[in-house]
Amino acid sequence: MTKIFKLENLDCANCAAKMERSIKAIEGVNDCTVSFMTQKMMLNADDTRFSEILELAKKAIAKVDPDCKVK
Amino acid sequence: MLPAYLLIGYDVLWEAIGGIGRGQIFDENFLMGIASIGAFAVGEATEGVAVMLFYQVGELFQSIAVGKSRKSISDLLDILPETATVLRDGEAMTLSPEEVEVDDILLVRPGERIPLDGRIIEGASSLDTASLTGESLPRDVKAGDEVFSGSINLQGVLKLRCTKPFSESTAAKIMELVENSQMHKAKTERFITRFAKYYTPIVVLSALLLATVPPLFLGVTSTAVWSHWIHTALVFLIVSCPCALVISVPMAFFGGIGGASRHGILIKGANHLEMMASVDTVVFDKTGTLTKGSFSVTEIHPVSGTKESLLQLAALAEYHSSHPLALSVKKANTRPLDPEKITELEEVAGGGIRAVIDGSTVLVGNASLLHSHGVSADLRGMSAGTCIHLAANGVYLGHILLSDTPKEDAAGTITALNAQKIRTVLLTGDRNEVAKPLADALGIAELHAELLPQDKVSHFETVQQRASGAVAFVGDGINDAPVLARADVGIAMGALGSDAAIEASDIVLMDDKPSAVLKAISLAKKTMTIVRQNIVLALGVKIAIMLLDLAVAASLFSIPSAAMTWVAVFGDVGVAVIAILNSLRVMRT
Repeated sequence: MTKIFKLENLDCANCAAKMERSIKAIEGVNDCTVSFMTQKMMLNADDTRFSEILELAKKAIAKVDPDCKVK
Repeated sequence: MLPAYLLIGYDVLWEAIGGIGRGQIFDENFLMGIASIGAFAVGEATEGVAVMLFYQVGELFQSIAVGKSRKSISDLLDILPETATVLRDGEAMTLSPEEVEVDDILLVRPGERIPLDGRIIEGASSLDTASLTGESLPRDVKAGDEVFSGSINLQGVLKLRCTKPFSESTAAKIMELVENSQMHKAKTERFITRFAKYYTPIVVLSALLLATVPPLFLGVTSTAVWSHWIHTALVFLIVSCPCALVISVPMAFFGGIGGASRHGILIKGANHLEMMASVDTVVFDKTGTLTKGSFSVTEIHPVSGTKESLLQLAALAEYHSSHPLALSVKKANTRPLDPEKITELEEVAGGGIRAVIDGSTVLVGNASLLHSHGVSADLRGMSAGTCIHLAANGVYLGHILLSDTPKEDAAGTITALNAQKIRTVLLTGDRNEVAKPLADALGIAELHAELLPQDKVSHFETVQQRASGAVAFVGDGINDAPVLARADVGIAMGALGSDAAIEASDIVLMDDKPSAVLKAISLAKKTMTIVRQNIVLALGVKIAIMLLDLAVAASLFSIPSAAMTWVAVFGDVGVAVIAILNSLRVMRT
């Protein structure tokens, strides 16, 4: 399943790259893109564990920049 | 100085501490915090304040530049009106486009954008479709016509019946497609983010070594020596942030994609734009891509009598036919037709028409139709193009040639591609006698004709193997989806309103002009030039500053230390701002 989320307060391009890297490392994530330009995140992960993975992704984002929120 | 420093930099320091707490040691705030505290530590309080001040001002500029750029690209893409006027129970009400339902009646006044796809039920106007197709000529529309959301109503008031919900309307789809293009990152961008991952730790480590190793050898006890080298290291720390690089590359791609959408060229990913810049072969489909896909009469050869009367007879016999060739013959005929004269009519499948007109038996069709009805004329050697033969009462009357005409800009496009040393190839299912003259007239380098649909893929692969660069395929996206998918860059043409074509391709040309391919290539090349400029600028300036810093440290020449700090902060945030502004150039083409 692939879903696109809006990110709020993503204010540094390098942070976006860091978030993308750490989300990709989460088990069950097939692909992930964090775009600084459009302030969006694309998450492609296993259907059965999607919501669980999304929570892990949110944690990974908060670790890089606590102000950045997934909408 | 300390109160001033804290006032200016408290948020940076706070973020830095938070960063350490989360294990993010190479974060920008942390680096700037260390650099400024380092300045305090070596007794340069003013400089510590300056680093923080310059950094904060630079960051402010940078975020303004990013915000503005992002907005101007987004504005370019914004082809959706905020509101839609809907007539429900005879009353006009203003809704947001999402709330409009299929079969609602929409009212569009002059100057407004059409909010959802629909069919005109009342009114006539001309529409500006430039933001959808790049076509600058207005399109005339009247009741019964289908219109696409995102076009601007130029003249009269239009009443439309909405045919598609908001999310499936053209404008919403285009915006979604272009926005989501950022989810397919270009190789260059991936490379840069990977590079950034190593760049920062390496530079920070170098800074650490610079601050500690030389003093150990040059004078462990001298504060002046320590101060000198720590100062040198600070400059390294300031330029260790890769943000300028990481920002400028996707920004340029986004600008390129935004600029392209303005010309009716939708690019589904930065990776496709990047690939387009390295295209050295363009493979075209024929019908509907290079040609108009509609036939027109090109030659009339009567055995005796006038051309006009031969055409008139053919048109009359085909009066009731809706075959594409019959339609073209009727379109070419200018004389009046009286269908009352037809007393008997038979359509021969795969042959043509047998009609009794004014008592004589008229045959209109291909050679086998005439032969099977006993017309003994020698019809060989007349089959270039598509040919319709005529006979009456067993006597051959002559033939009419029809051909699919090339689009107005087809020849110009091929010439321009050839001039750029891009190889042009034509793949078609048509017979060689039809395809060869067209390929020659347009100047196409390589032709593969008489291909069955499944052959197209294998021939395309052969072309691909021979090419040294990327190979693009341009088709209408309806019958050639497998080839589109196989191509390095699949380009679907005339895709306005065709979901299948949009789905199958990497680049979508909303209009049906082959010259848009040229535009796409030149935009792609321009984008890549700007991407390279940004990389060289961002990286080059940082490296130059580090070398300069080392040269100053080794006393090759001297620069006041405050000036060096200025330069370093410029190398961080100043360069980022320049690169961002440079990226914006690409959309102004």
